[in-house]
Amino acid sequence: MSDATDHLVKSYDNELKRLRDMLTEMGGIVESQVAMAAEAIMNRDSAAATRVVEDDPKVDALEREIEQFVIRLLALRQPMAGDLRRIVAGLKITTDLERIGDYAANVAKRSIVLGQFTLPYSLAGLAHMAHMVQDQLKSIIDALGENDADKAVEVWRSDRVVDDIYNALFRELITYMMEDPRNITPCTHLLFIAKNLERIGDHATNIAETVYYAVSGEVLPDTRPKGDTSAYAVVRPKD
Amino acid sequence: MSATMTPSHGQGQTASFGGGVQPHARTAMNPARIAIRDLDFFFGTHRALKGINLDLPDRQVTGVIGPSGCGKSTLLRVLNRMYNLYPGQRATGQVMMDDINIIEPKLDLNALRARVGMVFQRPTPFPMTIFENIAFGVKLHERLSKSAMDERVEWSLTRAALWGEVKDRLQSSAMGLSGGQQQRLCIARTIAVRPEVILLDEPTSALDPISTLKIEELIDELKLDFTIVIVTHNMQQAARCADQVAFFYLGEMVECAPAVQLFTAPKQKRTQEYVTGRFG
Repeated sequence: MSDATDHLVKSYDNELKRLRDMLTEMGGIVESQVAMAAEAIMNRDSAAATRVVEDDPKVDALEREIEQFVIRLLALRQPMAGDLRRIVAGLKITTDLERIGDYAANVAKRSIVLGQFTLPYSLAGLAHMAHMVQDQLKSIIDALGENDADKAVEVWRSDRVVDDIYNALFRELITYMMEDPRNITPCTHLLFIAKNLERIGDHATNIAETVYYAVSGEVLPDTRPKGDTSAYAVVRPKD
Repeated sequence: MSATMTPSHGQGQTASFGGGVQPHARTAMNPARIAIRDLDFFFGTHRALKGINLDLPDRQVTGVIGPSGCGKSTLLRVLNRMYNLYPGQRATGQVMMDDINIIEPKLDLNALRARVGMVFQRPTPFPMTIFENIAFGVKLHERLSKSAMDERVEWSLTRAALWGEVKDRLQSSAMGLSGGQQQRLCIARTIAVRPEVILLDEPTSALDPISTLKIEELIDELKLDFTIVIVTHNMQQAARCADQVAFFYLGEMVECAPAVQLFTAPKQKRTQEYVTGRFG
């Protein structure tokens, strides 16, 4: 349902627009945090890593601001139907975005540690995963700005692939650690980095579900395609 | 907020349904006490209700919303045949209560109005004592002994949440009550004849917020025994009181749905525009 028609009360329209603007602004910052964090790992760019961490308070402040704004809208406007869905969605999405920012900051911090090690293996798998997650995030922030339920479903479906790459990386990194104990420190960091990226994908999926509900009024089925099976993974050394 | 690391892989997996708000509550509707089928209503040649199909579920509250002139009050006037007082007004179709078509011309109107009571926008107490206000209507339909009448008056005032406030002054004039009390007296008067259906036509629009909440609380209580239809301009009130809500526009029923659904995810664009305040 489009909200092309204006409210009888103009200031309400302005407030709804402001909520959307704040969310896309926050989404934009978080998106660039994730991009810079990926760059920090791949290019050993400690300046990029620092910027990611420095952006974190901005994101936290926006989250608080959006939260307060939503409470204000609920109290003063008593929104209904599509407006209600979008406003409540704003509250949920801001929390997801804030967590994504946290994960990006954590990836950035680990990339600085990682810079002290020479890695005897390729980071291509991780780079691929980072790109996928960035794509997810970009698409879902676009969907949010454009009220695009179809795009939200696309993001929701795509998370499965990220999970698959994560599972493969998990096994690969454990294998490196078994081969040579000197790999344990960098590989452990890489493992956490991979996990953080996988979690970012999960939060993007959450946002997709929220956007879909806000726009369509329908709820996506609760069996979403997900596949982090690393909780059950065992990699045994060969005898 | 600090970055979170969880070393236990898989545990932090987001709940599968993290997004969205709540799936639509599928409010269970009781069987219809009144079933309206293909109802048309005319003021002379003007067709004020157009092909209305609506079930009023037994012992539940149906809210009727819509802009002025949409036909919502007309609907109430049909349900207890108020329009009969006015020549040139007529209804066609079926409004079935048990096996009786309410709009059948030969219907006994007094019997109907004992089964379908009505409370109006402004409190309309009779210029009599509080006791007589209740007893008056009862006497039209039943012959009761004095003690039975006393009991009926107490029962009605208790059910209307007014007994505690007036039990010591039943013989005082009803005109001395506050607006909110007068409206509850009118509700007591309506339920005193033990109807099956109560029609409320904007029952709180002339009341202050506290009196309004008291009436809303009362509606919650009354629906245990009565089928209720409430016409209201206040959408929040419909949201608070009603089990199902019907949206009327230009004499048509655009949509009828459980209140939760109508106010979170209406199916029709016009409903969406009206409940979000975009009408025009």
